[in-house]
Amino acid sequence: MPQEVTKLIHKYLRRDKKFPHVWCPGCGNGVVLGSLIRAIDRLGLTKDEVVLASGIGCSGRMPVYVDFNTLHTTHGRVLTFATGIKLAKPSMTVITVMGDGDATAIGGNHFIHAARRNLNLTAIIINNQIYGMTGGQFSPTTPYGSKAATAPYGHIEHAFSIAELAVTAGAAFVGRGTVFHVQLLDRLIEAAVMKRGFSVVEVVSNCHIQFGRRNEMGNPVTMMEWMRDHAVTVGRAGEMSPEELDGKFTIGILIDEEKPVYTEEYDRIRERAGGSDPAGDL
Amino acid sequence: MNTPLSEKRRLVQGNEAIAEGALAAGCRFFAGYPITPASEISEVLSSRLPQVGGSFIQMEDEIASMGAIIGASIAGMKAMTATSGPGFSLMQENLGFACITETPCVVVNVMRGGGSTGLPTCPGQGDVMQAKWGTHGDHPIIVLAVSSVADCFEITIQAFNLSEKYRVPVVILSDEVVSHTRETVVFPSPWDMEIVDRTGPSVPPEWYVPYEDNSIGVPDMATLGEGYRYHITGLIHDERGFPTQRPEEIEAFTGRLFRKLAQGLHEIQKIKTFMMNDAEVAVIAYGSVSRAARSAVLEARDRGVRAGMLQLITLFPFPEHLVDNVLKQCSKVVVPEMNMGQIYREVQRVNQGKTRVEKYSRIDGQFITPDEILGKLLPEE
Repeated sequence: MPQEVTKLIHKYLRRDKKFPHVWCPGCGNGVVLGSLIRAIDRLGLTKDEVVLASGIGCSGRMPVYVDFNTLHTTHGRVLTFATGIKLAKPSMTVITVMGDGDATAIGGNHFIHAARRNLNLTAIIINNQIYGMTGGQFSPTTPYGSKAATAPYGHIEHAFSIAELAVTAGAAFVGRGTVFHVQLLDRLIEAAVMKRGFSVVEVVSNCHIQFGRRNEMGNPVTMMEWMRDHAVTVGRAGEMSPEELDGKFTIGILIDEEKPVYTEEYDRIRERAGGSDPAGDL
Repeated sequence: MNTPLSEKRRLVQGNEAIAEGALAAGCRFFAGYPITPASEISEVLSSRLPQVGGSFIQMEDEIASMGAIIGASIAGMKAMTATSGPGFSLMQENLGFACITETPCVVVNVMRGGGSTGLPTCPGQGDVMQAKWGTHGDHPIIVLAVSSVADCFEITIQAFNLSEKYRVPVVILSDEVVSHTRETVVFPSPWDMEIVDRTGPSVPPEWYVPYEDNSIGVPDMATLGEGYRYHITGLIHDERGFPTQRPEEIEAFTGRLFRKLAQGLHEIQKIKTFMMNDAEVAVIAYGSVSRAARSAVLEARDRGVRAGMLQLITLFPFPEHLVDNVLKQCSKVVVPEMNMGQIYREVQRVNQGKTRVEKYSRIDGQFITPDEILGKLLPEE
């Protein structure tokens, strides 16, 4: 296994240029990147056909490390850039990675509209429940009552549930995993990238430095134990009572639907307009 | 409306001419958000782009519109958005990203009157300085002003050409008067138009250095997905595109961004002169106001005053030397604007006491008339 991991690293990382990385020891971001690389490798995608794009924050630094077409955009806006890329080059596999603040605070509007529009894009949202890079301020997913750099007396707002938000907004595929349940995460990311339509994978991750230390989970192991103890598979959750589910979160595939994909719909618009082939000369 | 340009001579609206100019320039992607007085550009392109194999998308806001056109441009398409003041404010963040990543794109701002929501159906010229300085940090940008429906077509093509050649966003400032005026325009044949495309890499991918300096300071731009994998970031980056904190690399990067425009001023800075040969007094104007100024100059000549006009098409980089020539030639220069004097201050900065420069501001949402400018050109009693 270690040898296999090393091989993949050599195949996909910009190892000669961009290391060491900026993430703290024990950060969940590396686990997510590992899952993503394995998913892309298993799908047999070439490096040239993959675009990995991010917004701003710790998650935003992910693209620079990998040898794909990589884009590090503005805070919360990555889905807007991805929309332009996908419309201009529908054949490319466009994967975006965001954080919880990135995707659901500053980028919340773009996120719900991207889900509604159903372009064939993948959104991986690393939810560590905090703004890590800027020093631990509360985010839209910081739990009620917890402490943050800007909630020193306890947080009085209520958290978004990102995956459920994506379902409601109309995403074609929504999964939730954690950086503890890595095999599930591998499968979710693979399914999301393969999905024709807007696919979302929320990854519950650990920021033991900025979130954990303020909330009695100051190391990655404690945080992963928390994930282990609070995650319930979608299947099992169906058999549990609301009382039993209190404080828990579901993992697995929340929705997987077939919906018309925007670019294919737009091809029909071109036909109705009497237009030429998108690949044609102009 | 909304039909291909099958005949060369047509009665069209300014906004429609901007849309057609974009198509003629090779624009195949437009993202926008509804806003008065720019919406017709979206409407026309929602109809026209799919006819020519392009893409139109209406986004959730202007932030998203700007992001989408940058994404499309990185993926190889010529791309444009159009808006008015409030939307232009929202675009500033991603406009800066385009400046720093050197992504060609064209942004049309059909100026309305006033600040904030302002006067959505009235003309104004209050966004001139915002077009130059609206996004944070030092950055190069080109700003062009249109004054007629014919301009809307031709200058939009020039905007794309400059944007592609210099890898810089180009802002087109129109205003409510220009954009909603209908005029007969003689459209040139496609083969009479000069269309410039960005320069792609001439080396194989393994030799490609995405932000490598060269004699013109404009790196070759690879299209996403064609084998030239590289990193694009709004962080200040080295010539490989990776973030850097090294002072010598930061300075070289920012220096090159400004040098590439400085080296191209001869073709970036566009002006028109009217009756300037023997002029003793001059108007410096841009946009719709230059049309009133033209009438005022003719009227002044009828009354024996040697008047002339310098019409600025390029507002930024500010054409200092061309303005300076007028300041040296004339005993008085009038700068009429539908704002509190934004270009007037630029003219004053160049003037340095050489001659008398007067501003004429209208900020009541009304167009400046020829008579008002004439009043400033005639000798005082």
